[in-house]
Amino acid sequence: MKRHTRFARGSGLAALAGALLLAGCVAQPEPLYRWGEYENLVYAMYMKPGEAEPGVQAQKLRADIERSEAEGKRVPPGVHAQLGYMNYMQGNEAGAAEQFAIERQLYPESSAFMTTFIERIQKGS
Amino acid sequence: MRRYLALLGLIAASLLATGCATSPGYDYSAYRADPPRSILVLPPINNSVEVNAPYVYLSTVTRPLAEAGYYVYPVAVVDAFMKENGLSEPAEMQSVPLNKIDEVIGPDAVLYATIEDWGQKFHVLSSDTTVDVSLRLIDTQTGTLLWDGKARAIEGSNNNQGGLLAAVIVAVVEQIVDTSADRTREVSRMANVNMVADQSDGLPLGPYNPEHVTDPRRQ
Repeated sequence: MKRHTRFARGSGLAALAGALLLAGCVAQPEPLYRWGEYENLVYAMYMKPGEAEPGVQAQKLRADIERSEAEGKRVPPGVHAQLGYMNYMQGNEAGAAEQFAIERQLYPESSAFMTTFIERIQKGS
Repeated sequence: MRRYLALLGLIAASLLATGCATSPGYDYSAYRADPPRSILVLPPINNSVEVNAPYVYLSTVTRPLAEAGYYVYPVAVVDAFMKENGLSEPAEMQSVPLNKIDEVIGPDAVLYATIEDWGQKFHVLSSDTTVDVSLRLIDTQTGTLLWDGKARAIEGSNNNQGGLLAAVIVAVVEQIVDTSADRTREVSRMANVNMVADQSDGLPLGPYNPEHVTDPRRQ
């Protein structure tokens, strides 16, 4: 009886080791970001003209950002900048500058580029 | 029995430790000397016959690179910005001097992509979709080549079961289905995942990915 139990424990251990091995190869870590519509919109603006006008993009990107914030997920690199650009395309310069500033604050790597845009907006208005 | 179990445990542990890791085959010394945090992806030069390829590629490159741990500049904003400044073609954008890119955009590194092969090819009994992009990652400050490699994936349809006639029928049906559903976007995504997933010669993980500290390609 005792022997039987030990055998069962042994095969359980082997199965666990096997499962861990398999998981080791294909482990999908939690994504760093919540991606939402960003890449779909980039695709659509080039490939499906008319389906991703600035107003549509701005609305979808804002919804993504709100949802990410509600879920405590990080907004991916470039999303605030893309929203800023869509605001700019709609003539909303204040909204554009605001989003470029958020991108810069969230990702300091974008500082030079976002500052380029913000300064152009300030000079223009 | 106990000894056998211990041995089993030892084997399992050593297998786990080595896991799927392969030692790097690429010379990463230039990358390791100055690993970038941020990558500017410029629209790719297109050597394929598929005119849409550059922008399908651009719409699939941000996520894999960002999930790998890099800051990726907004690809469509960069493209629009370059066009507004009189650069309408990817080849022109890719010939902007690094000091100008550094001044206006400021990335640690620039990814120069060239599409070598793109799209669906029909064979007698099957079809496949290929994405093959060659890549050069250049340090913006020094012009040094930090890494070069490929983003490559092929998706095939394999219809050898059910005999020749069935295969022909399947191939014909797939041809009808596939021409209406463009698979290149999905295959381009896979190619860009492969670009960083290859433990032997892929692009190493960047600083936003917590696992970069144990990536053997970086140390």
